[in-house]
Amino acid sequence: MGKEQIGTKRKVSLGVYLKGHWQLYAMLLVPVIYMILFKYKPMLGVIVAFEDFSIFKGMWNSPWVGLANFKEVFGSSTFWTALKNTLILNLGDLIFGFPFPIFLALFLNELRSNRVRKVTQTLLYLPNFLSWVIISGIVTQLFSSSGLVNNVIEALGFNSVGFLSNSFIWRIVYWGTGIWQAAGYSLIIYLAALMATDTSLSEAAYLDGATRLQRIWHVTLPQISGTVTTLLIMQVGRLVTISFDRPYMMSNAVVSDAAEVISTYVYSVGLAAGRFDFATAVGLFQTVVGVVMVVAANQIIKKMGQEGIM
Amino acid sequence: MSAVKSKAEKRFQIFWTAFFIILTCLCMVPILRVISMSFSGKNAILAGKVFLWPVEFTTEAYQKALSSGSFVRSFWYSIMLMLGTTAVNLVMTVLAAYPLSKRDLKGGAFIMTLFVLTMYLHPGTIPTYLNVRDFGLINTVWALVIPGALSAYNMIIMCNAFKGIDDAIYEAAKIDGCSDMRTLMSVALPLVGPTLATLGLFYAVGRWNDISDVLYYINSSSLYTVQMVLKQFIESVNISAEEGLTTNLVAENVKAASIVISMLPMLIVYPFVQRFFTKGIMVGAVKG
Repeated sequence: MGKEQIGTKRKVSLGVYLKGHWQLYAMLLVPVIYMILFKYKPMLGVIVAFEDFSIFKGMWNSPWVGLANFKEVFGSSTFWTALKNTLILNLGDLIFGFPFPIFLALFLNELRSNRVRKVTQTLLYLPNFLSWVIISGIVTQLFSSSGLVNNVIEALGFNSVGFLSNSFIWRIVYWGTGIWQAAGYSLIIYLAALMATDTSLSEAAYLDGATRLQRIWHVTLPQISGTVTTLLIMQVGRLVTISFDRPYMMSNAVVSDAAEVISTYVYSVGLAAGRFDFATAVGLFQTVVGVVMVVAANQIIKKMGQEGIM
Repeated sequence: MSAVKSKAEKRFQIFWTAFFIILTCLCMVPILRVISMSFSGKNAILAGKVFLWPVEFTTEAYQKALSSGSFVRSFWYSIMLMLGTTAVNLVMTVLAAYPLSKRDLKGGAFIMTLFVLTMYLHPGTIPTYLNVRDFGLINTVWALVIPGALSAYNMIIMCNAFKGIDDAIYEAAKIDGCSDMRTLMSVALPLVGPTLATLGLFYAVGRWNDISDVLYYINSSSLYTVQMVLKQFIESVNISAEEGLTTNLVAENVKAASIVISMLPMLIVYPFVQRFFTKGIMVGAVKG
């Protein structure tokens, strides 16, 4: 019956089909127009990167300067600092932030009490719902010179620590805050992946005398390796891309040499200082490198026999 | 199971249960601390006496925060903006996702590809800004609604939800003579309620928390969202805190109270929607 219907449907001419389903196309009209005007049209705007752009002349009338803006970008030490900081902050997220929720999920999964599991999962996910404005406010109250942590340190008889004014320690605070904010989200994904694993394998290993750590490492973890590698490679693919809100809100004037990243740099050079052409060149560089890395990462996923993201 | 092993098992369970309880409590410390500060006296905070429980209990900070006209106005404005944006987002998402969920829609695969590409090909901050400017949206509330009116990622999640509906149901609607629009409104939408709720919440949380587009597109303070006003409060303190000054423009407890008020909508809905959110993440994660 089903096959027959598909067969008859194929014979329907285009005109008849459109007449029967014009409502579907009418529904698509607004989203498609929106997509063209607000997602594809701005792509034309990247030509600004090749112009001596003036906001008064507009992007069609500003003089063409070829790669001059890119030369200036690559000759600018602030650009390299921003790129370096982007990579350092993202690498830290990868090294510290990536394994942590996996570790949590593996052990949380071993607990017999559903209640502990549920409460932990719910509360760890909560910070995900807070804005970076709120989080940075909370972080300042905790780590500033008169904050909670320094109060405790001083009460123990030590000197207060410049958590937010020392570049090195600031990065640790940045990564730690990232884990606090995001770990709950990944934890839920991994716990769900663990739910789908075959517990009888772990039981068999138990009967064979494997210790719990051996079972977690050799039996349970390999079963979620697909999820882990997919998320890992996606994160590696995004190493040059960085969100705006988090570094912008977490930074302060004292640590700007460590906190200036590509997204905040584009904002301060482009929108705040008005160098639209220069900032567009920086943004275009980031997009191109980002797309290349995501595509490469996707190819690697597929080579490894996993379903890719594209 | 031998006695030794079950003892080890018991110890394992106790140890890791304790571990997770302590970890969860530690993760709640920053939030509890800001709440306790918001109910504490100014002098107690300056003296470093406030830990996780209010000292010199007072609601003065809330009275002060709520007497700030710009803060209260931006709060209600943000609530309205959040509701309006979410409605626009959901309508757009459904309008795109429903036709594209039809496997036999002619040209559907091509349009889908166009949507998917927008997830990877970002024009960049400046070209997007110039585009918003071209449409004359700078410094209007539409600059906060339209540029993000449709997320391709969420649209794909919605599309998968529609695809998940049994074909027999669509067939039945067709036999009953339902038009495509009627099928969507009366048959399909009620069946994807949980996904719709999840995506609505994703959009709402995103709108409530986002600050970058306000920074980019808005320069009149009457259109500032609550996050932006909060940012100004916090920064007036940040600068002086970094320089070691004690004369803050906004007192610490008032700042804490403003933070708590800004968190409130999220904290109130969170327990109810957490279940939906979990589901929503899973749909997205499975798709990758």
